[in-house]
Amino acid sequence: MIKFNNVSKTYANGTRGLNRVNLTIAPGEFVVIVGLSGAGKSTLLRSINRLHEITEGEILVDGKSITAASGEKLRRIRRDIGMIFQNFNLVKRSSVLRNVLSGRVGYHSTMRTLLGLFPKEDVELAHQALRRVNLGEKAYVRADQLSGGQQQRVSIARALAQEAKIILADEPVASLDPLTTRQVMDDLRRINRESGITMVVNLHDVELAREYATRIIGMRVGSVVFDGPAETATDEAFAGIYGSAAESETRDTPMNARIHA
Amino acid sequence: MKTSTLPPIPKPPSRIKSYLTFALIVLLLWSSGVKTGADFLKLADGLPNIGRLLGEMVPPDWSYFSKITDAMWETIRMAVAGTTFGAALAIPIALLSARNVARSPFLYYPARFILNLVRTVPDLLLAAVFVAIFGIGPWAGIFALTLFSFGLIAKLTYESVEAIDPGPLEAMTAVGANKLQWIHFGVVPQVTGPFVSYFLYTFEVNVRAAAVLGLVGAGGIGLFYERTLGLLKYDKTSSIILFTLAVVLIIDFITVKVREKWL
Repeated sequence: MIKFNNVSKTYANGTRGLNRVNLTIAPGEFVVIVGLSGAGKSTLLRSINRLHEITEGEILVDGKSITAASGEKLRRIRRDIGMIFQNFNLVKRSSVLRNVLSGRVGYHSTMRTLLGLFPKEDVELAHQALRRVNLGEKAYVRADQLSGGQQQRVSIARALAQEAKIILADEPVASLDPLTTRQVMDDLRRINRESGITMVVNLHDVELAREYATRIIGMRVGSVVFDGPAETATDEAFAGIYGSAAESETRDTPMNARIHA
Repeated sequence: MKTSTLPPIPKPPSRIKSYLTFALIVLLLWSSGVKTGADFLKLADGLPNIGRLLGEMVPPDWSYFSKITDAMWETIRMAVAGTTFGAALAIPIALLSARNVARSPFLYYPARFILNLVRTVPDLLLAAVFVAIFGIGPWAGIFALTLFSFGLIAKLTYESVEAIDPGPLEAMTAVGANKLQWIHFGVVPQVTGPFVSYFLYTFEVNVRAAAVLGLVGAGGIGLFYERTLGLLKYDKTSSIILFTLAVVLIIDFITVKVREKWL
């Protein structure tokens, strides 16, 4: 469970990144956060595992305050939160398997991981994770030999091998074509359903949000302006999230409304 | 006409800046020439001397090769040892000097200062100091080359570390890695390629440097340079130069092959 208690973020120059956010995300939910670029989607997502710091309030992950945690405690909380990035963030020169295994480092002593002595079960787990995203045969290929969609699935496998309870995905399909977008989103949904891993995903594509989310959260200038089940996110609701500029665009192409900021 | 509604074509930016830069470079060159007393007439006067010296170098004394083989091996061994020790020492200080790894200015400024200090001291002076400490012989040369390689490799490596893709580092933070794991999985794989390149390049430089270090008694082939030059045996000097050239070419060939294969 993820809980935001009155969370705000003010940048040094005075800009408000997050404005009094109160949210509770239950285990097993598939939450999609939508909003214009700069609305605070990424800040919200990255504050959950503290890749971004907040300036007010508190965030609890499974009842533990990540806001107050530091050192070993912080790393323990992060270990349970997988993360998927727009640019995949794999080490391109390393093999796929090594990238997936890097998700395991939080479980072992420094010495052991530096020597690359992962236990057999870990290697097994990594192979298993790769098979779950249909990349089982790519284990020993260098990461930069894979296509964008495949690289993104490797990063999903990394989160799986990490045995994360929550997966955060920051624009996971923004640099992918429509077909591979489907594959990646399908993988996320399957994992969410099969393993009950909580998904928090940033998207800018309204149709994708409707299709995959169980719950949609709309952000506008740092504040949560919409929060409800995917079914209740009507065109009017999206117009409210994106403002009037985007309203006409959603009307023009209702079948494939893609909001460009 | 449709064109009349378009905004006017923007004027190209002024080129005054380029002209001024060019003028400044010319001025710098000319003034340094004047200040140091560089003079083309002097060069012309010296030309016959250059010709005479080159004349004495030809033909090289081929029989001298067998006499300097041992010293040449010693030079190569000095370069291997010095480069390896230097590279090993360079790794921690390169990480400490990199802003994206060390994060705190209290770490990377002192680390960089040490590097600047080490690189300021000329290798020949280092060798002279170590000869004074350890006495004449290859050890002094190895220590000098170690420090020299350390400064060079650490500087080049930390610049590469600062240029790496921050994405994997972010991913390692998110995974819950501690600092050493973060470095090992996020930084190291991204800089091993450049690091090996710098190592090989420094090794090449060191073979040449090691040849000179002998001048101050730090072992190796340099001793023979000093001897032949002092005795005005230029035919022997030229055979040392040719021998060194051959060794450098071989090493260059090997390093190119290594780079093609593994990097």
